[in-house]
Amino acid sequence: MKLRLLTAAATAAALLAAAGCGGGSDDPTSSGPVDLRMTIWSANAKHTALFDQIAAAYQKDHPEIGKISFESIPFDSYTTALTTQIGGGNAPDLAWILESTAPDFVTSGALEPIDKDADLLPSATKTWEQDGKLFAYPFSTSPLGVFVNTDLVTAAGRPTPAQQIAAGTWNWDQAVATGAAVQAKTGKGGIVVGDFDFKGWDALNSIWAGWGARPWSEDGKSCGFDQQPMVDAMTFVHKMVFTDKAMPGPGRTTDFFAGDASMVLTQISRAALLEKAKFKWDLVPLPKGPAGEYSVVGQAGIGVMKRGKHADEAKKFLAYFTNQENSAKLAQFFPPPRKSQLTTDLLAKANPLLKPAQLQSVVIDGIERGDIKTSHTGYAELQQTVRAALDPLWKPDADVKAVLSGVCSKINPLLSK
Amino acid sequence: MTPRLLTPPHHPGQVLLEKQVTEPPVAARAPYWTMRRRDELAGWLFVAPQLAGIVAFVIVPLGLVAWYSLHEWNVLAGTFDFVGGSNYRALTDDPRLGPALRATGFFSLGLVVLNLSLALFLAVLLNQKLRGTVVFRTLFFSPVVVTLVAWTIVWGFLLQDNGGINAFIDVLGLNTLGIDGPNWLRGDATAMISVIIVQLFKGVGLNMVLFLAALQGVPAELYEAARIDGASAWARFRRVTVPLISPTILLTSILTVVGSLQVFAQIAVLTQGGPGTSTTVLVYYLYQQAFQFHHFGYGATISLLLFVIVLALTVLQWRMRRRWVFHES
Repeated sequence: MKLRLLTAAATAAALLAAAGCGGGSDDPTSSGPVDLRMTIWSANAKHTALFDQIAAAYQKDHPEIGKISFESIPFDSYTTALTTQIGGGNAPDLAWILESTAPDFVTSGALEPIDKDADLLPSATKTWEQDGKLFAYPFSTSPLGVFVNTDLVTAAGRPTPAQQIAAGTWNWDQAVATGAAVQAKTGKGGIVVGDFDFKGWDALNSIWAGWGARPWSEDGKSCGFDQQPMVDAMTFVHKMVFTDKAMPGPGRTTDFFAGDASMVLTQISRAALLEKAKFKWDLVPLPKGPAGEYSVVGQAGIGVMKRGKHADEAKKFLAYFTNQENSAKLAQFFPPPRKSQLTTDLLAKANPLLKPAQLQSVVIDGIERGDIKTSHTGYAELQQTVRAALDPLWKPDADVKAVLSGVCSKINPLLSK
Repeated sequence: MTPRLLTPPHHPGQVLLEKQVTEPPVAARAPYWTMRRRDELAGWLFVAPQLAGIVAFVIVPLGLVAWYSLHEWNVLAGTFDFVGGSNYRALTDDPRLGPALRATGFFSLGLVVLNLSLALFLAVLLNQKLRGTVVFRTLFFSPVVVTLVAWTIVWGFLLQDNGGINAFIDVLGLNTLGIDGPNWLRGDATAMISVIIVQLFKGVGLNMVLFLAALQGVPAELYEAARIDGASAWARFRRVTVPLISPTILLTSILTVVGSLQVFAQIAVLTQGGPGTSTTVLVYYLYQQAFQFHHFGYGATISLLLFVIVLALTVLQWRMRRRWVFHES
């Protein structure tokens, strides 16, 4: 009797498990509303509130859509988590994609082609195209700028960058002099490069672009680390950290937005972090480098996953999410890739924290002339390989030229793949 | 099938069966569900939940990993192509594998030696009948129950160049003697030492408790006899304590070796394998290959290598026990 009971229980459990595995609720052929999911790396409550608002408006006219959710994944592990979801058969319907991994996503065939609007700037869509087709909408085309803690700069007895721009002396030598003065006189950090932390070396392109340096050639085939512009730029960075002491050294965390540093080179969308700042601040373009004035643009795209469960519905929602009207709303956080919307009027309305002059000089001019940040196929492996090879540079007595040649010997096999 | 009675019995005890009448007599067929079979089935049913777990979460994944290691699996493109032994050939000429194995060996050796000796030392110390031992036992054990990542993140702050540990060195006034705290997580050697120490303090409490239990199982009369024989404290420890707790030493060393080969979270949080590749241990390297570089097939190959190493070391320790483990219950 007991035995039979046990057998029955075991059979029932097995049946339940089998039924659970089969789960029919996600069947794409079944009618009824479908749910959409977009993975993002922002955890900013204002961003998600705006996304939810756009999604709610869309759902009103589209009864076939059930729930639209925005799943926030931490930035550091974003691409890893996203590809793991895809590999595990749980691909999101839509996903934010970093410009650095754009070639991987665009060339692999992981994304559905989407419609290209004539209003989109060709310079903004270039990274996301293959064979004339657009594979992701570059919803954020954000130039890098320098946020300045003017209180700290003045306390160190230095002219503010705004004054130096007026005097025509806003260049890297002056920026380093200011950073060094702040570190020496106030004990706070001088110049901080956002997301660098002596590991995310690609963030340094906000500096080396001023020397006309590139990590690899435009076609991605040959290494640029051992070329003269890069050697000069990295020598400058090394000197700035260890000799001039204008940048906090490795192993220290310095948060500009908490008032711990005089300047930070970062995306202008970080302005939101300054809303409650207790210090006076300014936003200025990157200082002039030996190669002249320059700017660098960071990008993020939204793609429709081919292996998501509802690619067609996702495409339609993406078209709505990024149309003229919604793009104008998104512009308060993410500079739009649309010609018609790159005006100081519209940007000023969307970015009340920034002055029209700042928007013109940093955002509009920046997008028009800016280099898009570094990217390559197989980016993660390149990123890690360069990181490991570049580590010996972050010591006071490093031989810059030797370290950079070492970087090239490590990444050449990867570039030639 | 129940045998049918042919005719009613003529008198008690006389039962005639159909078979016996029509065929030559054979022994009655034994029922299938004998006591033995019932016990066997019950036994299987009792272990079934555990067995199902092992099959679903160990055997099947292991088989799948072996299967994946024969493929080139591109997650983004969604391609899964059979490549035979090419991942294994890649393993033999991967220039990054040697450093990863070295880092793993260094980490394991450092951790196992430090962990076992510190755990035993603490256990002996806290086995004394002194005031306050309960407090110290709790203190040393508490890291074991702290979330690993939380523990590691706090240590990450302490180990920064301007972090708590170097500030403490300054407070001691060592910097005036020209001794500056190193930039712990940015130096090749100090980064590895830091990771070992962080893991040491996290796990030493567990081994300490195991040793403590073993020490309390050593009969007091043996010490008494040794003392009467004139054995010194060291001799009592060496000749009485160590042999009697050797089964626990074997257990803790197997657990610690296996655990040390699987270190991941500390590396991911503290150093991400750097500086250079000095702390890229095998598990972190396979994570990079599979999850960051999207070479899932090659990652699976590395994980099989790790499996073989763990298995070999465990078998080796188990075999060696005859040489030095005093008694087994």
